[in-house]
Amino acid sequence: MDNEMLAETANDLRRDIVRMIAEAGSGHPGGSLSCTDILTALYFGGVMDYDAQNPTYEERDRFILAKGHAAPALYAVLARAGYFPRAELMTLRKLGSRLQGHPDCNLVPGVEVSTGSLGQGLSISAGMAAGLALNGTDACVFTLLGDGECQEGQVWEAAMFAAHHKLDNLVAIIDRNELQIDGPTAEVCDPGDLRAKFEVFGWDARDIDGHDIPALVDALAAAKADRGGKPHAFIAHTIKGKGVSFMENQVGWHGKAPNAEQLEQALSDLAALDPKEA
Amino acid sequence: MVKLADASQATEKLATRAAYGTTLAQLADEGLPIVAVEADLAGSTTTKKFAAAKPEYEKRLFDCGIAEQNMIDVAAGLSLAGNIAFTGSFAVFGTGRAYDQIRNTVCYSRLNVKIAPTHAGISVGPDGGSHQMLEDIALMRVLPNMRVLVPADYAAAQASIRLAAQTPGPFYVRMGRAAVPRVYADGVELELGRAYVLRPGTDATIVACGVEVEQALKAADMLAEEGISAEVIDAFCVKPLDVDTIVASVEKTGCVVTAEEHNVYGGMGSAVAEALAAVRPTPQEFVGMKDRFGKSGAYEELSAYFGLDAKAIDEAVKRVIARK
Repeated sequence: MDNEMLAETANDLRRDIVRMIAEAGSGHPGGSLSCTDILTALYFGGVMDYDAQNPTYEERDRFILAKGHAAPALYAVLARAGYFPRAELMTLRKLGSRLQGHPDCNLVPGVEVSTGSLGQGLSISAGMAAGLALNGTDACVFTLLGDGECQEGQVWEAAMFAAHHKLDNLVAIIDRNELQIDGPTAEVCDPGDLRAKFEVFGWDARDIDGHDIPALVDALAAAKADRGGKPHAFIAHTIKGKGVSFMENQVGWHGKAPNAEQLEQALSDLAALDPKEA
Repeated sequence: MVKLADASQATEKLATRAAYGTTLAQLADEGLPIVAVEADLAGSTTTKKFAAAKPEYEKRLFDCGIAEQNMIDVAAGLSLAGNIAFTGSFAVFGTGRAYDQIRNTVCYSRLNVKIAPTHAGISVGPDGGSHQMLEDIALMRVLPNMRVLVPADYAAAQASIRLAAQTPGPFYVRMGRAAVPRVYADGVELELGRAYVLRPGTDATIVACGVEVEQALKAADMLAEEGISAEVIDAFCVKPLDVDTIVASVEKTGCVVTAEEHNVYGGMGSAVAEALAAVRPTPQEFVGMKDRFGKSGAYEELSAYFGLDAKAIDEAVKRVIARK
């Protein structure tokens, strides 16, 4: 995909995200919209090797959504990638749906492991990266954490483990949108300089603009190729609620569904951002 | 009927944990993709013996350092890469410290992870109440997808580890630190969902698990001297519980004593009571820890002090017979 198509895809995904959360009547729009460009880069920018028709082939790259509450973003991506019909997105959070409020790996193809309890994804990813290396498989494990999630102590147990075991087939991306349920991360319990923290734990760590899709594609692909003995961390600076004017940088849109009127406004905001319209 | 230890084996004392590392090595020798994940206790749990068994097994033991939550989820990741992952540590940390990881990742995702810590119960001895895990059967039993095995001795621990490795999905295997007398013959094979009648009897049923099985057999000897015939059942598989075998026994005896090295709330005794209440309400006495923490002491002293020894089971049998 060229850069314009990637931007268009991300915008389409955002429309799916707000539509399905509105239809569900609950969910987490803020953190789904902040990570949409990152997921777009991974799945549609040619970074990850995967096959929606053969979701469990051994050599595939793995993606683990540590911040499981961004499930709508992952579902929108998996549907567009062909793992299941896009129409199913509108069943989100409903009784009988495969699309649980947080991802369930026993229901949805393309979901590698069930998540939703924060702080566990990095450990699971590290174990998976160690397992793939043990098998002699060249695949890479990508995981997406929230910045508030980094308040969980287990994240740092995993950071120590991954560096100790030189898991250079592991790429962690931190969605640094600077907001969490109770307020700005800096006010609730400041995670501080996450790049410096990962670096001092022995990771190859860098800051990146989490909405610059071409830059994300280049950096993530380079990290995947770099087997220099260190795990990779990207502190992706993002805007919570990105793309929807009234949700951007608003704590209140962490876990609330738009009503019908708000949905119209959100879709109109996103239409205005569409590269086709620009 | 399973084969029990003969007279010479019965004099031999071995800890259930002693079966851990060596059995993992045997399973790996047989071609199973075993990995062990530890939290700085690979020597105590004996998984170090697995790593030492062959040069290529060394890299199949992952020591996370003192980080039990990471240990469980690293095992989860290793299982997702096609391995059969066993986790260690002491029972108190390997279950309680990492409960959310066991619930939300191992059980909710239904992964091929075997929670197999050692040092459960008061038989840990002098380390005291902080280290004597007496709530783990309850914690593990209530988790959907989890199977719970509480082996009585060394041979049963070998069989339980083997069963857990050979059956896909989450397992809890509870092992202890203390050397305890042999109940089963070498190479005994135990089946998932089965309880075993180790001694037939007609007056009362004793259902035991773990180290209490040997105490129950002793109690049955003591009772026999007074003309009371007690049937002893090893419910090593606490979940899924062999309700049929237990019901068949109480249909005959009309009463039951459960004995476990665990809180009387929520453990194997509760599982038996739940099952019997639904199909055949039966007078029951509970031998176990009476909702309290342990304390420092030698295992045998603690067993008598807390009422977990053969004498306590003997007395419970007499109480329950009086309630028939």
